[in-house]
Amino acid sequence: MPDSKLDLLQGTLDIMVLQTLATMGAQHGYGIARRIEQVSGDEILLNQGTIYASLVRLQQRGWIAAEWGTSDNNRKAKYYSITKNGRKQLEKDAAHWHRLSSIVDRVLAMPAEGEL
Amino acid sequence: MSMREAVNRVRSFFYKQRRDAELEAELAVHVELAVEENLRYGLTPEEARRQALIRFGGIEQAKEQQREARGLIKLDILLQDLKYTFRTLSRDRGFTMVAILILALGIGANIAVFSVVNTLLLRPLPFLNAQQLVWIAPPPTKCGLSCATYSTDAYDEFRAYSRSYQDVTGYFAFSSPGNLSLNLGGAPIPATSIDVIANFFNVLGVQPAMGRLFTPDDARNGAAPVVLLTNAWWRRQFAADPAIIGKTVDMNGQQTTVIGVLPSSFDFGAVFSPGAKIDAITPLNLYGPPRDWGNIVTFIGRLKPGVTLAQAREDAAAAEPHMCWNNKTPQSCGNYNKAVVPVPLKDYVSGRLRSSLIVLWCAVGVILLIACVNLSNLLLARAAARSKEFAMRSALGASRARIVRQLLTESLILSGSGAVFGLCLALILVRWLAHQGAVALPLLSTLHIDGAALAWTVLIAVSAAILFGLVPGLRMASGNLLESLKDSGAGSGQSRKHERIRSVLVASEVALACMLLVGAGLLLRSFLHVLDVDLGFQPERAAAVKVEYDDSAPNQAARVQKRTAIFQQILARVSAIPGVEAAGISDYLPLGQNRAWGTPWPKGVKRPEKMPAGPLVYVVTPGYLRAMGTRLRGRDFTWDDGPTGQKVVAINQAFARRLATYAHWPNDDAVGQMITGNGQDLLIVAVTDDVRAETVEGENGWQIYYPATQQNPTSAQLVIRTTVPPAALANSVLRTLRDLNPKQPAAEFRPIQTLVDHSVSPRRFFMLLVASFAALGLFLASLGIYGVISYSVTQRTQEIGVRMALGATQSRVQLSVIARTFRLVLAGIAVGSLASLAVARGIAALLFETAPSDPLTFASMVLTLGTVALVAGYLPARRASRINPMVALRND
Repeated sequence: MPDSKLDLLQGTLDIMVLQTLATMGAQHGYGIARRIEQVSGDEILLNQGTIYASLVRLQQRGWIAAEWGTSDNNRKAKYYSITKNGRKQLEKDAAHWHRLSSIVDRVLAMPAEGEL
Repeated sequence: MSMREAVNRVRSFFYKQRRDAELEAELAVHVELAVEENLRYGLTPEEARRQALIRFGGIEQAKEQQREARGLIKLDILLQDLKYTFRTLSRDRGFTMVAILILALGIGANIAVFSVVNTLLLRPLPFLNAQQLVWIAPPPTKCGLSCATYSTDAYDEFRAYSRSYQDVTGYFAFSSPGNLSLNLGGAPIPATSIDVIANFFNVLGVQPAMGRLFTPDDARNGAAPVVLLTNAWWRRQFAADPAIIGKTVDMNGQQTTVIGVLPSSFDFGAVFSPGAKIDAITPLNLYGPPRDWGNIVTFIGRLKPGVTLAQAREDAAAAEPHMCWNNKTPQSCGNYNKAVVPVPLKDYVSGRLRSSLIVLWCAVGVILLIACVNLSNLLLARAAARSKEFAMRSALGASRARIVRQLLTESLILSGSGAVFGLCLALILVRWLAHQGAVALPLLSTLHIDGAALAWTVLIAVSAAILFGLVPGLRMASGNLLESLKDSGAGSGQSRKHERIRSVLVASEVALACMLLVGAGLLLRSFLHVLDVDLGFQPERAAAVKVEYDDSAPNQAARVQKRTAIFQQILARVSAIPGVEAAGISDYLPLGQNRAWGTPWPKGVKRPEKMPAGPLVYVVTPGYLRAMGTRLRGRDFTWDDGPTGQKVVAINQAFARRLATYAHWPNDDAVGQMITGNGQDLLIVAVTDDVRAETVEGENGWQIYYPATQQNPTSAQLVIRTTVPPAALANSVLRTLRDLNPKQPAAEFRPIQTLVDHSVSPRRFFMLLVASFAALGLFLASLGIYGVISYSVTQRTQEIGVRMALGATQSRVQLSVIARTFRLVLAGIAVGSLASLAVARGIAALLFETAPSDPLTFASMVLTLGTVALVAGYLPARRASRINPMVALRND
């Protein structure tokens, strides 16, 4: 698989994870995956397993923190929470994403040559 | 990648197990949570688990992705490849050992030769800013050292009138070995010193290891004698005495003060007089007696920064008219017309060797190529055997790139190990070469493996790995998976393809070896021709020893008389030693140093405008020519050719022939004719054989012999011709000399053959190296042939068994295998011979009386190669013919 496509996909997933943690507070991997599926209205078909590569990457970059905790039904699970750096990064990524999508919107709204 | 992430990735790499366990637990929880949720929706437990796993995707993939995101995946793969490589290589021990041995030989030879080339050609000379140093000398002429040097007057004038130089220096070119006798009580110890102009070390940029350098005051008239010791002599003779500075020692009967010790990095002999050992350096007094000795000093200049060689040449040409041979004779000014030419010092030192070194370099390059082809072949054979393994791996999901990477890792490991062993080999070889003191190659003693050689090692190891790993790697990776899995190995498509490539590789190996052999053969034949040269003297059973004698006397007449008496006595006593057939004394020996005294001319014949350069001068006693084995026509000098009688000379044939073209001598015979030289009438009493006076390979120059009873010799070399091996007489001769003169040092007793050996040593050196590389090439090529044929016999065991069962005889089977070998070798030789012709033309300049297309060399080398190749093929052929059909068919 060419690298560029993978990067976009990774980046997209990363931003979704950050946003989820920013709004929901500490959450385990399954919870994050389920949340993303729900918010997207089950429109993106996510292999839930892929989220763990994203989580470890964000953690090693210092954008999220992880801690073992106990779930509602008494299970030990690893809980992730967003850090201060993570919030900053999320702001940056979101701004970037908005800019990119608005540009793409404008380009797609471009009238055909004859219509001017 | 941020710093934090990098650190975390490295940490994850090292805590692999802990991270994996954590991930394992995390994923288990994930699945459990998903199952619970599904159960809440009312699914059956089985369905709940099934759905959860579907939503999760591949567990192993998720793990792998996570590992990739957290650690150093490239390094992980590399480590896996390495582990796997070590496992497979140690399983296949025979293959590994052979492969590493081949590579070690190829790479080792390459490192050693690179070190030689680097030392002699690539690296600057071991002086400060060595690129600024130039050697200033006339173009080569017939009159040897006397025409390659300048007078002390010329030195002063050149220094005054040239503008391109920071400074100019030089040394006395006529110091002979053993010219210094060190007296520490007991027998005097012979040593060799060189007189240098006081600023010598300042110009070269050499700092003393201890003490100080010469100052102009050390070289004045009446200055106290001082000496600088070379580092090696200081260690050897003075036991590295740390308090040597300021001590006085008796040298040549003079109390001489040691003012300094030179650094070990300075080796006069290595740079200026290859093969000679210089022990001490003394200052040359330019304003003492040397003033009237004519051409005696060499020039070495240091250019000002930014001055080009062309500018320096122009500058030298402009200074020429001001330079006088002797200030007292104004007509000698301008004598050095077109004879002051600066060349880079480096070119002077090693320029002549450039082409030999390049040939040597190419030869080891070919060795490496043969080694690579051999390795390619071995790897292909292995690849054929491993094709199923690789097919299996790719069926299990290994990507093509991963397989190629695995193969490349194997190649790199092999060549890396080969390089390590090769480096050890090269260290031994280089150390051995550095101690070949008798080889007249410059800078050889400074040879060592340095950083550049190590870098070169890495470079050739990597390129070799790529070279020999490429073909098998590509073949492997491009293989058809299905075919490999089906391929049972014997006679199917894949193996046949392999075999075709291997045949081509072997044929090219044979071609390369052929080129090496022909090149080495031509060099060997040249060397044999050189040994066959008529030297004009007989080195066998002759030896020389330097004799000390007291030359002090109130006037010239007394001096001659005293010397004659001493010489006569020495020769009488030495001749009386049993086993001595003839004895004589000369001040210079052939193939050593030399000098000229201008050109004597037939009496009464007008000298031409442009006088040819003078003959080399030898001042000899009666019997010297007979002792050297130089034939003469006419009569030898006698003790009656006294100082008051008719002055006599002997000249060699070449000079006699030249003079005869100007004089009208009956039958052009010079014997009995008169010539004049330096204002004296000289009677030619003999015409001698032409002696190879300067080099064995050069053309014959002109020689003139004066009797020591009429002219002053500068030193005395006693030459004896013996009926027994000369070394057996060394003790009795030295004892006799010591009897006559207690001051006689324990001088070296040198067989005349060593003079010849020394002169031909560079050629012998290169020839031996190229020949051993050719032998190595031949060995590797025959190994390759053996490997391929042997392998194909193994592959066809069944087929041969069937044939034999059907009635093929042993000899028939043998013949078919040998025929296959023969085809391979023939193809290789055909290509190789053509390539050899080109190679031979390339090395034509290095050959001596040998045509580049010398048929004898070509025929014998091709024959050698063919024979060795067929023997290599015969061994497996014999094995094939002994195959028992029953066993062969039952196998597999």
